[in-house]
Amino acid sequence: MSEKRNCADERARKETLEIAEKYTKDRDNLIAILNEVQVKYGYIPKESQLTIAEYLNIPLAEVYGVITFYSRFTLIPKGKYNISICMGTACFVKGAKDLVERAKEKLGIEEGQTTEDGKFSLETMRCVGACGLAPVFTINDEVYGKATVKKLDEVLDKLINE
Amino acid sequence: MKKSIEDIEKIRAEKYKELSLRVDNNYSGKQKDILVCHGTGCTSSKSPEILGELKKILKEKKIENVNVVMVGCLGLCSKGPVVIVRPDDTFYSMVTVQDCEEIINSHIINGKVVEKLLCKTIDTKKAIEKLDDQPFYKKQKRIALKNCGVIDPEIIDEYIAFDGFKALEKVLTKMKPEEVIEELTKSGLRGRGGAGFPTGMKWNFVLKEQGEQKYVVCNADEGDPGAFMDRSILEGDPHAVLEAMSIAGYTVGANKGYIYVRAEYPIAVHRLQIAIDQEREYGLLGKNILGTDHEFDIEIRLGAGAFVCGEETALLESVEGKRGQPRLKPPFPANSGLWQKPTLINNVETYANITRIINKGADWYSSIGTESSKGTKVFALGGNVNNVGLVEVPMGTTLREIIFDIGGGIPNGRTFKAAQTGGPSGGCIPEKYLDTPIDYESLKEIGSMMGSGGLIVMDDSKCMVNLAKFYLDFTVSESCGKCTPCRVGTKRMWEILDKICEGNGKEEDIENLRTLAKNICKASVCGLGQTAPNPVISTLKYFEDEYREHVIDKSCRAKECKNLTMIEIDPEKCKGCDLCKKACPANAITGEVTKVHEIDQNKCIKCRSCVSACPFKAIS
Repeated sequence: MSEKRNCADERARKETLEIAEKYTKDRDNLIAILNEVQVKYGYIPKESQLTIAEYLNIPLAEVYGVITFYSRFTLIPKGKYNISICMGTACFVKGAKDLVERAKEKLGIEEGQTTEDGKFSLETMRCVGACGLAPVFTINDEVYGKATVKKLDEVLDKLINE
Repeated sequence: MKKSIEDIEKIRAEKYKELSLRVDNNYSGKQKDILVCHGTGCTSSKSPEILGELKKILKEKKIENVNVVMVGCLGLCSKGPVVIVRPDDTFYSMVTVQDCEEIINSHIINGKVVEKLLCKTIDTKKAIEKLDDQPFYKKQKRIALKNCGVIDPEIIDEYIAFDGFKALEKVLTKMKPEEVIEELTKSGLRGRGGAGFPTGMKWNFVLKEQGEQKYVVCNADEGDPGAFMDRSILEGDPHAVLEAMSIAGYTVGANKGYIYVRAEYPIAVHRLQIAIDQEREYGLLGKNILGTDHEFDIEIRLGAGAFVCGEETALLESVEGKRGQPRLKPPFPANSGLWQKPTLINNVETYANITRIINKGADWYSSIGTESSKGTKVFALGGNVNNVGLVEVPMGTTLREIIFDIGGGIPNGRTFKAAQTGGPSGGCIPEKYLDTPIDYESLKEIGSMMGSGGLIVMDDSKCMVNLAKFYLDFTVSESCGKCTPCRVGTKRMWEILDKICEGNGKEEDIENLRTLAKNICKASVCGLGQTAPNPVISTLKYFEDEYREHVIDKSCRAKECKNLTMIEIDPEKCKGCDLCKKACPANAITGEVTKVHEIDQNKCIKCRSCVSACPFKAIS
């Protein structure tokens, strides 16, 4: 187990360094590097944080501080299906809250959590800018517009039974 | 290859000949262009597939003289995907991939408009063919959005065809920096990010600063939920913003620019990067631009989801790679901004107006609008309104015109309750002020603000206390935590609002909210905190009776606050169809088929599934 872990750590370190080296060692590249790491892993592993801190020659605490400040960066892995429900005003006015409640109930997790089997994660976001289709939710990169509780149920049921 | 002024002029002349049918309704040539909207809304409803299908069919049928073009947001997002045929000016809405064949066969080959895809008027259901005849477009005036929906944003030559880089050329060859500033000052342009600071004055501050290194920054961190103006400009006409930044660089003496854009806008980021690459290739970014001494380059910086970064000093911190916490002002960014150097920051829409002003003149621009606010403003119209979308209107247009004439009024037979402008920093405007001509001052007077342009319409099914809570929920999670009034104060306000919505409010809570609001406004460091209480202040001002109902009568007239409402079945309307029973996740509904059903209030979890399931509108 520990050997396996070491292996994964080593890989994260190597891959993160590859991303970081596309940028100069200037501190202002921190957010750009974190954005790429977040996209690659769906979260920012500890090993990546260490590697980035070392590369930019700044304290780990500072890297951690930036990660926790911005909502796009997360410290726990997202699920295979990341369900993100828009809570922008246009969606809120059109009943996005009901969607959030239903998704929580169906998946048995709170916002910002991932199911134990790693299949689903749930989050709310602030406006994807597709207000013409409100309310909107996304699963990974796919946008579902003019959503209803029924539509959400259908989509989730399909994925749950997969 | 690097282009000279003559090269650009040549491209402009040639390309315009090719593209004139897009803007000229009297065009008499054989060419037809099919424009497919590729804004975020239409892209989400599969417009790229429609584009591909149209191209495929044209190729199969070997039809010549017809181009299929991707364009930026056409505005009418709720009717998307939108397809327009030029020069006929035919406006097709809610197009599907299956419709493509018919568009080609009927419209392109036989010259017969496809009736079923035309937009229908809301009241008379009459089909309207032409874009210009749509009520949605009639009162609009497109300046910042001039090229959106006209050009392919990924092709620089198309931008050049419609006066692209003409303003930059004019500034570089014929104008001194002071003259540019004078022109902007005369035009009356004010910052479109929300606060409305005079743009000419801001540019002048940076010009007057001494220093070798200065920066130009574009604030494209459009965090206001329910707003998508800046995104649409970047997606539909990215070069207009880049050109204006270059003009700004020349004017204030900066050689480097940054665009700070939300990572949540992948399409905008993608098109911006393409635009920057193309400009570098043409030598429109870099050294010796257009054969002059002007040097300027632009870099994209991605935001990472923090609303406070829309505040200019927080944005600067974020560009520097730090936590986006606002700095104390003064010093203002014009004196000490990015890396302590003099920095000019403007919003996307502000930049989008610059090239138009330089090309058409300050007198033209200042002839549009009101006494204090010139030009146009782009609004993202959303919420409970028929035509959700992007609109650009002259300053001084009334809210009623926007919501009812352009927006087509309130759907589902409901009535107007309030309009919200300015997002979490703005306020709610009740019906009695619908006829106020919109400008920076008038909106402030009635307790709201221009903001960046989000305009959310609410019908009578919306609870104003719950809405205030929604906005506070937003500011609580977006407060950066630097100063106590905002960090702790907004949380306390949220708690009181939550208490009221849950049915545990007391009369003194209303006074407490007022006191807190006043103190937070006064004592917070940055604009976020100073304006965070506005949604509460304005709802308290215009809808205090609703607060009192929640607190004293323990009832919520909009039936949004679950603990203060009961969901009931109207026995007169119930037909016993059983659909509500099936929809109920809590098994709270009983009743036999064809007989009147009932809800067990003890079991009901108030999810309102039954309300949407009932085909007879018997449940409310």
